[in-house]
Order: sequence, then C-alpha cells, then structure tokens
Amino acid sequence: MVDILKPEEMFKSIDYTIPEDRWEDVPPDLSEGNFCYPTKKKNLEYLGLPAKDEWSPADEDWKLPDNWEEIIHEGFKERLEKYRSLKVFMDICVRCGACADKCHFFIGGGDPKNMPVLRAELLRSVYRKDFTTAGKILGSIAGARKITPLVIKEWFSYFYQCSECRRCSIYCPYGIDTAEITMMGRELLSLLGLNINWILEPVANCFRTGNHLGIQPHAFKDMIDFFCDDIEEITGVKINPSFNRKGAEILFITPSGDYFADPGTYTMMGYLMLFEHIGLDYTLSTYASEGGNFGLFTSSDVMKRLNGKMYAEAKRLGVKWILGGECGHMWRVINQYMDTMNGPADFLEVPVSPLTGTRFENAASTKMVHIAEFTSDLIKHNKLKLDPSRNDKFKVTFHDSCNPARGMGLLDEPRYVIKNVCNHFYDMPVNTIREQTFCCGSGAGLNTEEIMDLRMRGGLPRANAVRHVHDRYGVNMLACICAIDRAALPPLMDYWVPDVGVTGIHELVANALVMDGEIERTTDLRFEPLNEEEEQTDE
Amino acid sequence: MNVNYLYSLLAVIVLGLIAYVGAGVAGFQGLFGIFIPYLAVVIFIAGFINRIMDWAKSPVPFRIPSTCGQQKSLDWIKQNKIDNPSSTFGVIVRMVFEIVLFRSLFRNSRAEIVGERIAYKWVVWLWLFAILFHYSFFAVVIRHLRLFLEPVPVFIKIFEQADGILQVGLPGLFLSGVTLLAAAFFLLLRRILIPKINYISLAADYFPLLLIIGIALTGIMMRYFTKVDVVKIKELTMGLATFHAGIPEGGISGLFYVHLFFVSVLVIYIPFSKLMHMGGVFLSPTRNLANNNRMKRHINPWNPDVKFHTYEEYEDDFREKMIEAGLPVEKE
Amino acid sequence: MNDKPKIVIGLIIFFAVFTFPFWYNHGTVSSAPEPKLSDKAKQARQCVRDTEFMRTEHMQLLDEWRDTVVRDSERIYEVNGKEYNASLSNTCMDCHSNKADFCDKCHDYASVEPYCWDCHKYPKEKM
Repeated sequence: MVDILKPEEMFKSIDYTIPEDRWEDVPPDLSEGNFCYPTKKKNLEYLGLPAKDEWSPADEDWKLPDNWEEIIHEGFKERLEKYRSLKVFMDICVRCGACADKCHFFIGGGDPKNMPVLRAELLRSVYRKDFTTAGKILGSIAGARKITPLVIKEWFSYFYQCSECRRCSIYCPYGIDTAEITMMGRELLSLLGLNINWILEPVANCFRTGNHLGIQPHAFKDMIDFFCDDIEEITGVKINPSFNRKGAEILFITPSGDYFADPGTYTMMGYLMLFEHIGLDYTLSTYASEGGNFGLFTSSDVMKRLNGKMYAEAKRLGVKWILGGECGHMWRVINQYMDTMNGPADFLEVPVSPLTGTRFENAASTKMVHIAEFTSDLIKHNKLKLDPSRNDKFKVTFHDSCNPARGMGLLDEPRYVIKNVCNHFYDMPVNTIREQTFCCGSGAGLNTEEIMDLRMRGGLPRANAVRHVHDRYGVNMLACICAIDRAALPPLMDYWVPDVGVTGIHELVANALVMDGEIERTTDLRFEPLNEEEEQTDE
Repeated sequence: MNVNYLYSLLAVIVLGLIAYVGAGVAGFQGLFGIFIPYLAVVIFIAGFINRIMDWAKSPVPFRIPSTCGQQKSLDWIKQNKIDNPSSTFGVIVRMVFEIVLFRSLFRNSRAEIVGERIAYKWVVWLWLFAILFHYSFFAVVIRHLRLFLEPVPVFIKIFEQADGILQVGLPGLFLSGVTLLAAAFFLLLRRILIPKINYISLAADYFPLLLIIGIALTGIMMRYFTKVDVVKIKELTMGLATFHAGIPEGGISGLFYVHLFFVSVLVIYIPFSKLMHMGGVFLSPTRNLANNNRMKRHINPWNPDVKFHTYEEYEDDFREKMIEAGLPVEKE
Repeated sequence: MNDKPKIVIGLIIFFAVFTFPFWYNHGTVSSAPEPKLSDKAKQARQCVRDTEFMRTEHMQLLDEWRDTVVRDSERIYEVNGKEYNASLSNTCMDCHSNKADFCDKCHDYASVEPYCWDCHKYPKEKM
C-alpha cells in the first residue's frame, strides 16, 4: 500500500485549477497508488469472461488483443442497440456544467476528468468518431477522437474513479446518469479482459460459494453460531437461527460484509436478536448468502448470474417472501433490476408482515422487503419494546447510502427507526443528505487498499458533512444502511473525523430492544459499557 | 485556453457573409428566400423523426429512475409523489416540472472551499438564464407567427402586446428580443470565462449560441435600426407558408437574408446536434419512468439466458462439509 | 416495455404544432395589401419624405413629431427647405384621409396595432 498524505496536507492539495492542455492531451496518471489492481486470470476463466494474462495498469504496453478496436466498436454498437439510455445520453448532453462540481471525486481531488461531464465525454468522443456523421467528417472540431490504446488506459483510469453513486444525475437537466456511462465503459473494458480484482474476485467467489468473501457453508454457520454465543452472553437470550430450512415463511438475505467484519457483524447480531424476539419464521441460506452483487459493477450479465440465486433459493426452500438486510447497491439491484432479470417471482406471495399484518404493496411483484421498511412497520405498530436510553452515549447522524437514496428513495424509514431507538439524532446539512447524499468514496467496487488516496478524497465531502454535525452537536456515531459503508466509513472517519464511529441501524435497534427474558444489560453489542456519559465529546 | 469558440465564430461570420453576398449582392434571392428555407424544413422534419425513431428503436431494458425523494412504501410515510413518482400521473407531473420549469437545474449548487471546510451554496444563475433563454426564444418564435399566418390570430396579437408592454420607442420594443440576446450572451460569456466550463466546451457548444446571437442581432437591426419593409417580408413568408412562394417585387435587403439564412442553418442543425435535447429530455429513462419497480415487473426484451451456478452444483461442491456442519442437504 | 406508440403520438403532436402555419392558411394565397392613396394624396405626388422612407420609417417620424411638438412645442417640421405642420391629424390625415384603406390594411396584415388613435381622433372618412 502506498503511503498517503496527512489529512491537512491532502485538504490543502485540493486544486481546482484547470490544466493548460486540452483534456484530450492530458494522459491518465497510472502510477502506483492511482489504479486498482487488475484481476487474476483464474477469476475471469472461472466465470467464462474474456481472460487476459497477468498485466499491470502501470505497464507501457497493455498487450491488448489484436482486434481490440473491432471488439470495442462492436461492443459499443451492441450496447447502443440494447440501451436507449446510452444512445440518448451520448447525444443530448449540452455541457452546461451543472454536474461539474457534484462529484465527490472532483470535489475532493480537483481532477477535471472527474467532472461527470468529462467522464462521459471520454466515451462520447469515441462515439462521435465511430457513430456520427459530423464526428466522422469534422473530427476533433466536432469533439470526436479516434480510439487509441491511450484512450483505453484513460477509460480504465476514470471508469474506476466513479462509484456509480448517481449524485450528478439528479442535477442534470436531462437526467443523464453517469452510472450508466460508467457501467457501459466498464463492460467495454471487460470485453478486453480489463477488470479489477477487488470486483472480480468477489464475483468469482460469490458465483461458487454464494458470497463475495468465499465463505463456505460450514464456515457461514460457524460465524452465525459465534454471534449467537455473543448475544447470549450480552443478553442472556439464546438465539436459534435456522439454515437452508425448507418451509420457513421468510428467507433472509444480507450482504456478507454483515457477518464477516466489524462493525457489520454487530448489525448482523441486531437482525438475529430482532428476529428471535419477534419469533419470526425465517431461515438463512448458505447458498444465497450474499445480498450484495458485484456483478452490478461488472456487467449486466454477471449481475443477473449472481442475482439469480435469490429467487432460485426462495423457490427451492418454498418460502413465501424474502426479507433483505441493510445494503446499498444490493438494493439498487433488487429495486431496479432483480424482477426484470430473474422474475417473475410468481412462486412467492405478496409480502405480509406476520406480526402486524401489513401488506407490503410496494413489493407486490418483486416480493422482497427492505428490513428498514419491515422494522419501521413493527415500531409503528408498537410490536417492539424499546429502551432508547441504552443508546444515550451515541449522538447519531445518518448517512443516506447512494443507492437506497437515488435508486429507491428509502429515506424516511431508516430515520424513523433511528429516532425510535436513539434519543440523540441530528441530520447533516440538507445538501449532503437524502437525494443529495454523498458517496462514502469507495462504492462500486473501489473499496480497495491500493487507491487509498482516491478513497479519502472521494469520501471527503461525506466526512466534511459529518465533521459539521460533530463540531456542532457532538455527533459521535454515523449510522448507515450499507455494508460497503460499514467497511469504508470507519477508515474514512479515522482519517478525517477521528472521534466518530460507524454503525448499522439494526445494531442500534438491538441495543435498544428489550427482549423477553433478557438479563440486565451492562454492555452494548460491542461489549462496551452502556453508559459513558462521563466521556466528554471534544469541543 | 480552449479557443473552440473561434471556430464557431468564424463559421457564423462566413455563413452570414454567404447570405449577404449571395442574396444581397449577387441577387440569389430565390435561393436564400425560398429554396433554402424549404430545404431546411424538410431536413428538420426528416432529421428529427429519424433521430427520435432511432432512439425509440433501442429498448429501455431496465427501469432506472433517479429517485429524488421519499419512495412509496408504508401508508403512514409521506411519499414524494413528484420527485419519486410511483404512478403515471406522478411521472407526467415530474416531466412537466422538468421540461417546463427545469426542476433539476433549479437544484444547482456550487461547492467551494471555505477555510478548512467544503461549503455548498445554492446558485440560481444558470437556472435563471437558462429559463430566460428558452422562454425568450419561445416568445420570439411565437411572435414570428404573425408573418406566417393570415389573418393573424388574436392570441398572437395579445402575445405581442404583452411582449411590447413597456411601449418603449417606435416600433415598440419587444422584451423577448432583448432578453434572448442578454441570456445568450450570458451563456456564451459563461462558456468563455469560467475555466471549468471553458474546459469542457466544444465548438459544437459555441456554434448554436453564436448562431442564435446572430439571429437575434440581425432581427433587432432590421426592426429598430436599418429598417425593412415588413409588408414585403410577410409577402415572402406567406408565400412560403401557402406553397406559393415568390420573391416580392423590388426584393428585400441583404440583412433580411442573413437573418433568414441563419434561421435555416439553425433549423437544419438541430437534428444533428445536441440541440436534440429538446426531444431527448422526453426520453430520458432516469426521469420518465415511475419508481414502481417492485410493484410491477418491467420487461427487458433482450433478457439474456445466462449461466447460473445452481444449488445442485453448489451442493455437489460442498456436500461433505455441509453434512458435517449439520446443514440440511438434498442428496445424502 | 413497448413505448413506440407513445413516442409516435408525441412526434405527431409536435409536428402538428410545428406545421401550424401550413395548415392554418389552407394554402390560400392572400396577396400583400397595397396602401390605397386618396385623390388628394395622388395629386400631391410626394409625401413629406420619399416613399421608401415613409414605408419603413413613418412610425419613427411620427414618434419624433410627437416629442418635438409635445415637449418642445416645436410644431414645424422642416425638410428639403419645405416646412410642414408636424401633426398626424392635420397633416398626414389631411391627405391620407382614408384610414381603413391607407393605414389599417398594412397594419392588420403585419399585425401591428399602433396606439396613435388611443389619443388622436381621425377625420371622418371620405371615400
């Protein structure tokens, strides 16, 4: 890992000065620390994707296949025919610049090619040359350019500096969605065997073992059992989860991050406690043991291949509907792709909460409910006994994850839950939350160590807003509903706002949840004392 | 600095000269007054239809609205029915807001480094001048209908009166002409002077702005300064509108042909350029779809058959370990 | 999702509006009006300025007259050594007494509504 600047130095290094040279003439920086490591050949071969021998983006010659130009041209053409979004977005941008300073990578770094408009121009310039009359005739005057190996390098650099968060798209007068552009760019690169390992390794793992981290069934069960032991120690209540159980009413699927690493694990414990307490008839699956879907960051085909397991497993187990855990891009896939790709889910029933009788009409077709929807419904119907004072040491703010915010609109459900389980909640400034929320800086497969500089820069706008509520209200806990957030935000907070922790909302729920037959709690789920009111928030 | 605007400026000047010399000096009034305008209309219609149908040919495989407010979920949570619509009616309202009021542009903000912080400020200028530009343009087009309709309908007369409400000078000043020119200049100067915007601007971004400035300037010249006989002009335009085209006796000044030629070029240019945003905004899948993905299945016409890793394959891989861990299996 | 019908309907509406002038006029030719001169005007042969000027700039001349008369009480308009009384009603309308045929025809055609007669009375027409 490359050493990165100290926070103050990094902040001072942000430079919005525009380079002298035209952007077409500025080569991408592919020195160590500025690119994601490429994937290993075995992952591509396992998935049957175009494979490539070991290479490094730092290499002068990337040894592209002989017919690489043809592959790109044909791939581009195919996608234009498949996606109206691509065609329209290639044609109608007026370069008004409204998107320019909306990207967190631009705000935190200042590289003009991280302005969404230029990220799209990277593709558009080639599109004009290959597919428009004006571009063919007028060339560079019409903004067209011929594709070269250097353009491919530029694509690789900048399509892996976009976290597909869609923030820019809400400011665009035509709704041009850079996530669509980046997805297409990455698909084209993938046709040449150019992928990054932090995405493709999880994809290959997920395909085989059912989850990104490659956790095998027996290990999955061990991990859950381990959490159950911890819960019993803290609460005195014994948890009885079931695995791959046929005939359960509900299949519960959550991202593997929730049972693999802190602080996601506490959220996982939270789910288990909640389900035990309400006596939910549910089962976990080792086969569909991943909510996330790194296929979204690879190609629509790969997304579909990974997503297929959810419905397949629900059908095999004969459940009535599916409940999904806290995850960001998982919910983009479920809300905007799953039913289209792998539906219709006619073997399932319209989800009904067994406790409140609420019919989730908004999930009538996909038949999958977000746990924030499920829990807020429980709270609304007074089905949970809650003691929010157990979270009193936390002054909480909430980070809207990009995908649930802009690909779904799940905004008030998590806030409702938090406000019912915590006494101290403070929202961040209005242009940094809800639909205008900032990315954690590590989404869309960029949560990898080798680009720490980029991640800290990309996460700066989020951290900056957290620091605002930290300074003003003493906020010390950042709640979120995304497994990537729970992995990416702790280092981000350590870097920019060191006194702020990160939690999932169901960890907070479980802290406050008064369970039947529980012993008096002295610690929270992290085995830390419940009350630390003596602890001063630093001013 | 990016000097793409020089290409565009040169192009507009050359186009102006062509018309001035061609129609005014050399006297090809039929070419510039009849043939080219008809050609422009034909190319516009064909080009516009072609572009829209080309977009329509590609399907919308996934339902990908950008949601800008609370989704429809539980009864007691207030949905933002416009920014996150779940019904066709909501989508229509959202699109009307987008197209008529430039809703998304209104959200615009500016990120700035203030001391040790990054601050965001709501900025209205781009939205304001964009609105002013488009509505002025629209008003100018409506006003010009007086030259293409006989008798002139009442609504156009009322519109003209409203546009000339200040009653400044004679002939009375039309506000829309002034605001169009001012807004176009603002948008042009913004492109030239703001480094970020200058950096991303192509010749194709300056050209239509300069062309529209050229149209506005020649129009204003004719009306207020050099003067033309408007009855003769209407004679020509009515001839075009009734398919009995002819050049009025005595001809019209060269400046008029420059104006008309600029308009013709603009009309021809639309289908082949970013100006198609006027049609494209209707077809943007992030705006024109309801966020009802989980309620109603969206069909992808090319939904591919892909290779899944089935449960059977999975169990074959891990059966021993599963049995050992006490996990249920299909085949012992 | 097949939205082609919607798109085609949208296109039809757009072009129906766009081609409004073509179908509104039904292709009927309406020749441009020619201002009719009264006998007195014919006899005079020459207006205060030449015809070309009067065609395109009469409104500015009248505007100028109004200002000089009302603000400077300067009632005489001198041009080419000739002096005229700067008055719409008494000078212009003296010759061009046929408002409907001389003024209104073109004004209507060009959709111009001068506010001259908001204040001025015009002489009863002599046909």
